[in-house]
Amino acid sequence: MTAAITHARLLTGRSLRTLSRQPAYLLFTLVQPMVWLLLFGQLFRRIAELPGFGGDYLAYLTPGVVVMTAMMSAGWAGTAIVQDMERGVMDRTLTSPIKRPALVVAGLTHQALITIVQSLIMFGTGLAAGARYPGGSAGLLVVLLCAILIAMVFAGLSNAVALLVRQQEALIAVAQFLVLPLAFLSSIMIAPELMPGWVARVARFNPVDWAAVASREALRATPDWGLVFERVGLLAALALLMGWLAARAYRTYQRSL
Amino acid sequence: MMYLPEPAIEAVELGKTYGRTVHALTGLSFTVQPGIVFGLLGPNGAGKSTTVRILTTLARPDRGQARVHGIDVVRQPDRVRRLIGYVSQKPGFDPVATGLENLVLQGRIHGASARDARARATSLLDRFDLSGAGRRRAGTWSGGMQRKLDVAMGLMHRPRVLFLDEPTTGLDPQARLDLWAEIGRLAREDGLTVLLTTHYLEEADHLAARLAIVDAGRVVATGTPDELKTELGGDTIRAGLARPADADRARAAIEALPGVGTVVTEGGALHARVGNGAAVLPTALAALEYAGVALASISVAQPSLDDVYLHYAGRSFDEADRLGTDASRSSEAVAA
Repeated sequence: MTAAITHARLLTGRSLRTLSRQPAYLLFTLVQPMVWLLLFGQLFRRIAELPGFGGDYLAYLTPGVVVMTAMMSAGWAGTAIVQDMERGVMDRTLTSPIKRPALVVAGLTHQALITIVQSLIMFGTGLAAGARYPGGSAGLLVVLLCAILIAMVFAGLSNAVALLVRQQEALIAVAQFLVLPLAFLSSIMIAPELMPGWVARVARFNPVDWAAVASREALRATPDWGLVFERVGLLAALALLMGWLAARAYRTYQRSL
Repeated sequence: MMYLPEPAIEAVELGKTYGRTVHALTGLSFTVQPGIVFGLLGPNGAGKSTTVRILTTLARPDRGQARVHGIDVVRQPDRVRRLIGYVSQKPGFDPVATGLENLVLQGRIHGASARDARARATSLLDRFDLSGAGRRRAGTWSGGMQRKLDVAMGLMHRPRVLFLDEPTTGLDPQARLDLWAEIGRLAREDGLTVLLTTHYLEEADHLAARLAIVDAGRVVATGTPDELKTELGGDTIRAGLARPADADRARAAIEALPGVGTVVTEGGALHARVGNGAAVLPTALAALEYAGVALASISVAQPSLDDVYLHYAGRSFDEADRLGTDASRSSEAVAA
């Protein structure tokens, strides 16, 4: 067990070091969330005049874009695995004493750390642009938790797909196919009351919507904590399932060698 | 009674099939005594890499058993992983990390403290003549240096058995000689067992104390390179035919002569195993002329590993290598 924790820590360190040595990619990772927030904030500014947004669209939008960004960057997580497979790094790793769960945990930890930094940048941007979040620091912690969970869900899925399809192009196609529909079939940008009925029904089964709903609720002055816990619980269960799936996918990959 | 050390590697009747049709291994067996460089020699697609993948716990055999220092690779992969180092055909280092960082990470994964890993990494960089580049990103190194880094990474945890899968493929001649010298030292000075796969005859001849010749998923001959060559006995006459269409007539003419063993024609050339080359050559020339076969060239040579391969596999190494490259591509496609 302690060996597994050490391995996960070492591998997370390796992936963060790789990130820090690709300045252009790092910069994009950090700037992109700001762009999303300000772009959508400006584009849909007058939407706040409709009921359901509490008059402050940027405040409505922030938790949703935090969740969306977490999902989008996690969708790419598997590309690192494909790179390792194309080189001999994966072979070397799988013949070392590293346990499969440590590999999965390292990938998810890396993604969670990126998500935390991106989320804090977006809240900073929102505050600077004049949005106010009545839920305060408790609300912020819940949003971070939701973002981390959704990142784990999609990173786990992306890792599993990477191990099964083993091709950058196929992996990216799968990610693209999922990301935009899931973002738009949710209450990230539009209040649930204003959605067409069928979209609202689909959204109830969309993990991105669970994260958006729980996050927005937690940032209210008086949150409905029951609703928050229910959605966070669903997300946590799904994140565990995806992590398990990724660990299984390592076995499937190895059986095909 | 003679003392027999526990074998470093035992493979017993290994079988492996990809999909339904690609029979990568068809009952492959060999044993490696500790402390030597052992070569698995065979053309592309013969099953060498599959064998190494099984011995290093990466792949599972469909049939048969394999043990490293007595430990079963299928039942106790974790214990085997601590005993072995593996350098695969593809580069296994992180190009964005420095050489030192790559080595230290590898050592720490195997449980060394940060300080011990650093000390070991520094001494390995030194030993492989890489100290000057240790703090530069490995992605910027030359191909030969990168290959040495791969080998050094496989040695970080002081394994007892090192697996090198086609270690010098793609290296320039100088880098190849350089790496050969290092590999030779590993067994001689460190007492390491090295299992090396190669499809270069001269590499096997130069490096391996013992060889197993692999063809179509099984071992067709084992021994030291000299044993394999002298077992064949005699010499080889090689004749280049001016007209490839003469092949059958040429073979019939040579086969009819006394003192001639196996005769194979292939790609416009004839190879004949003979007892004494100098004695047979004049009659061979006369017989060919009588049969109306025009020659482009003819020579007598001591047996080479190519002849050994030809003898056991029934085709020349180059020919098998060309065919095998296509076959291994299709098996890789199945594996992928």
